[in-house]
Amino acid sequence: MPKLTVDGVEVEVEAGATVLQACEAAGAEIPRFCYHERLAIAGNCRMCLVEMEKAPKPIASCAMPAGDGMVIHTNTPTVKKAREGVLEFLLINHPLDCPICDQGGECDLQDQAMAFGPLHSRYHEPKRAVPDKYMGPLIGTVMTRCIHCTRCIRFSEEIAGVSVIGAINRGEHMEITTLGQAITSELSGNVIDLCPVGALTSKPYQFTARPWELRKTESIDAMDAVGSNIRIDARGNEVMRILPRLNEDVNEEWISDKTRFVYDGLKRQRLDRPYLRKDGKLTAVSWDEALEAVAAKLKALKGEEIAAIAGDLSAVEDLVALKDLVTELGSANLDCRQDGAAIDPSCRAGYLFNTTIAGIEDADALLIVGSNPRIEAPIINARIRKTWLRGDLKIGLVGAAADLTYAYDHLGEGGDVLQAVIDGSHEFATVLKNAENPMIIVGTGALTRPDGAAVLAGLRKLAGDCGAVRDGWNGFNLLHLAASRVGALDIGFVPGEGGRDLAGIMAGAAAGEIKAVFLAGADEIDMQGLGDAFVIYTGSHGDAGAHRADAILPGAAYTEKDATWVNTEGRVQQGFRAVFPPGDAREDWAIYRALSGHLGKPLPYNSLEELRARMVEAVPHLGATDTVTPAEWGDFGQAGAIDAAVLRTPVEDFYLSNAIARASATMARCSAELLDAITGATGTDG
Amino acid sequence: MQLQDKDRIFTNLYRDGSPWIDGARERGIWSGVKELMAKGQDWIIEEVKQSGLRGRGGAGFPTGLKWSFMPKESDGRPSYLVVNADESEPGTCKDREIIRFDPHRLLEGCLLAGYAMRAVAAYIYIRGEFYNEAMALQRAIDEAYDAGMIGKNACGSGYDFDIILHRGAGAYICGEETALLQSLEGKKGQPRLKPPFPANVGLYGCPTTVNNVESISVTGEILRRGASWFSSLGRPNNVGTKLFCVSGHVNNPCNVEEEMGIPLKELLEKHCGGVRGGWDNLLAVIPGGSSVPLLPKHICDDVLMDFDSLREVQSGLGTAAVIVMDKSTDIVEAIANLSHFYMHESCGQCTPCREGTGWMYRVMKRMVQGRADREEIDQLLDVTKQIEGHTICALGDAAAWPIQGLIRHFRPELERRIEEYRRAAA
Repeated sequence: MPKLTVDGVEVEVEAGATVLQACEAAGAEIPRFCYHERLAIAGNCRMCLVEMEKAPKPIASCAMPAGDGMVIHTNTPTVKKAREGVLEFLLINHPLDCPICDQGGECDLQDQAMAFGPLHSRYHEPKRAVPDKYMGPLIGTVMTRCIHCTRCIRFSEEIAGVSVIGAINRGEHMEITTLGQAITSELSGNVIDLCPVGALTSKPYQFTARPWELRKTESIDAMDAVGSNIRIDARGNEVMRILPRLNEDVNEEWISDKTRFVYDGLKRQRLDRPYLRKDGKLTAVSWDEALEAVAAKLKALKGEEIAAIAGDLSAVEDLVALKDLVTELGSANLDCRQDGAAIDPSCRAGYLFNTTIAGIEDADALLIVGSNPRIEAPIINARIRKTWLRGDLKIGLVGAAADLTYAYDHLGEGGDVLQAVIDGSHEFATVLKNAENPMIIVGTGALTRPDGAAVLAGLRKLAGDCGAVRDGWNGFNLLHLAASRVGALDIGFVPGEGGRDLAGIMAGAAAGEIKAVFLAGADEIDMQGLGDAFVIYTGSHGDAGAHRADAILPGAAYTEKDATWVNTEGRVQQGFRAVFPPGDAREDWAIYRALSGHLGKPLPYNSLEELRARMVEAVPHLGATDTVTPAEWGDFGQAGAIDAAVLRTPVEDFYLSNAIARASATMARCSAELLDAITGATGTDG
Repeated sequence: MQLQDKDRIFTNLYRDGSPWIDGARERGIWSGVKELMAKGQDWIIEEVKQSGLRGRGGAGFPTGLKWSFMPKESDGRPSYLVVNADESEPGTCKDREIIRFDPHRLLEGCLLAGYAMRAVAAYIYIRGEFYNEAMALQRAIDEAYDAGMIGKNACGSGYDFDIILHRGAGAYICGEETALLQSLEGKKGQPRLKPPFPANVGLYGCPTTVNNVESISVTGEILRRGASWFSSLGRPNNVGTKLFCVSGHVNNPCNVEEEMGIPLKELLEKHCGGVRGGWDNLLAVIPGGSSVPLLPKHICDDVLMDFDSLREVQSGLGTAAVIVMDKSTDIVEAIANLSHFYMHESCGQCTPCREGTGWMYRVMKRMVQGRADREEIDQLLDVTKQIEGHTICALGDAAAWPIQGLIRHFRPELERRIEEYRRAAA
């Protein structure tokens, strides 16, 4: 632990820390452009120069390892002059077009020029102009503004794992470029945040708002089961952009492109008033009429003739209210597994990502089964890559091969290979056994097969055999796809006593035994299979479910409600309303509450607070916001034979995986242009 | 003071004999290498330390000391010797002559130096424009392999040592040792941050020492003749012989091996036929390649050509490329020309050099005509100070120094041009 003196203050920092970190620990602010704590050190902007005693010239504090006994000065005339010099150099070829720059108001160069810069420029020569570059449908460029900090290059190579951004030419002709290609990464949007100036900007957000006009709401993403922490920036009742929020345990400071750019989908295909199907056509009606018609329909049915299926985007509160309503109607036909995955709800450890996302960094062996984490949960994939880069993580994949941005041992594609690993006859079983912290990630693609329960039971056995479950470490992980899934499983949105599961509901609907089905934003099921059942659709977007619906009760999207989300780790997080739902749409739980009134069986809560109180009473850990309540290890799955069929991810199109994304023009562009490069079919894939 | 023929190292500098292995053997190259190696690695390093050899690439760092930084025990990584043959400094052409006419001297040095620092191989990174030289050097390498001088059991010593020639692509910055390593690894030629130094993390992340061609080429002769012979030449701390490349306004521009510390005037008059039009026609000399500040005549009168003497007059020995300018020279344009060179060759990685070299050149271009304000002279000086010492590598310094030298010694000339231009414009 080196001890050094910064501006007369003595600080002790961890071994391996840099002088810059030591200065910050001592409370001295060091301006910087190229330095970023999550990227390799480049040391090229020279903004962080400080004076070190006994050194002949100023040192770049970001690159200099802190040494014992160093004496650092950050407030001398030399340092001041060095900073002014660097800023003057950076500004001579910068266009100074702040008034029309999207970065204006949140620009590192602007801020630091104000704080540390010279008062005026002495440069009277012609300025450099740089042609803009094409970087795909998401990243807009104004390359004249570039200050060559190379953060984007380092991000793409280190974090995203794609070598598509680079620099060409030398000296003042140096240019950042992708050579005309799109940035083929599912994390590409992060370069916009990393860019300290307005060279790389968000194409969809371009010229639409100024940062100081925006109302910022801290919330939770619902595009996948990671629960990335986001900040929703809105103006009026319109979401203008979505940015990541720092959470070391979940998404660090990255978000996927779907999380960031899906927001234009919130403005299209919206269900903004209730509809009833009259003479085969959906007709707009008032709330009263819609609820009365639905109530009348339900009153005429017996409990077991009613069913409810939860979709991927429902918040916990919504499903609590729906479950209460359906139960009140006397039905136990509930299921939240709209993909039919053989998830066993009886044991919580059997459906969680138990290792936790941050826990991945402690693993030294990893088996991925039937999953492509890169498109199922890009943030988790980035964490795996981060751990892999450290050099000691051995990764094996059973399932269809794909470019995951890190090297892995492709054990095989089919269930037979998985069986061999479970038996211990495959050599990777030894790798897991010899590992200190072995880890297994199973994707839902492995559980939606007919032998899903056997796969689950087999992997449970494997986890036990290889020592993946012990005090302080649980290496068994189920990687969910849907933001709603774990919360729904936690509150028991699964068949009750004698109730039907998804397959049972579908069969019953086809046979006419199920006469009314609630679809809580469930758009991914086979709508044909619902037969003649009366379908009540609550949700935000006019997608498959709404097309099939007999009654549409317009709900709120994830940006439009205060809601609880439980991510794949079992982490409980609170999202907040950034804007109001459009038109007559209402928060989903309130719709169910209103409907219960029309049915004459009012639910026992009149506010979200009362609903939450009931929810926490039933499932106490839902009250522990921002924490993961560890789950007890137990029995789950059902032993059986595993079929040799190929295990593959269920995600066909990363960019169009839910109703909001399918309504987004940006996502459609990405799907057309980037999908092939991202899913990285390697030729062995089918 | 003049170097005696018996003390010359580069005895084929003018191609009096064959550059190839037979000629090399006649000149004593490759003789006794096995015995020298048998004396041990530490003996070689100690001998080179004792000889007082300072690196011939420009910075003048003690060569033996540099070698001693290499790990004596491998931690599993191999060690490498990298020879910097990317000779691109304007005015410098000494390594070229060694490679053309005495390549075996370099190869012999590679083996001895590489053995001393426990390297498994030497990579010679040669300037891309040196096409014929690369062909010649490759021929010499092939000869050495065929003769068993290098490769498996090099010179019968029991030590395996490979030499690999790699051609650059014509970027000046790739002569900076860490940029050279980047380029050798197939990356964009940009200097690395130091620390870590190459001796810890060099080529492919392995311990590496980068040496200039001339430094490596003289080691065979130093070891054969002994450290005391080498250190007896020249002045204390500036010992041995040195190749001087004299170009410009002398009657007989040439490469010549001379003792360190020879007076500049003697060097020019004895070997180069003197300054064109006589000594009094001398305007200025750049004594060590384009990177060092120029010296006006009154300093040239008695300055000695070695590291310390030239540093005392705020210049440097650099690569000992002496560029002579007589009074017909437009000195401002000459320096502006160098500024253009540095702008063109800046790698673009770090801010002061990327942005500053262009700025300086544009101001210099105006200064040539006098199209500037008097205040801009000080402003230009200030810009050079803003670059100097603030960059990752020394290219920023190299771009700043010639201008600083010009302003230091020729400010009246700059002011005169500004006045003249103003009068003509009025």
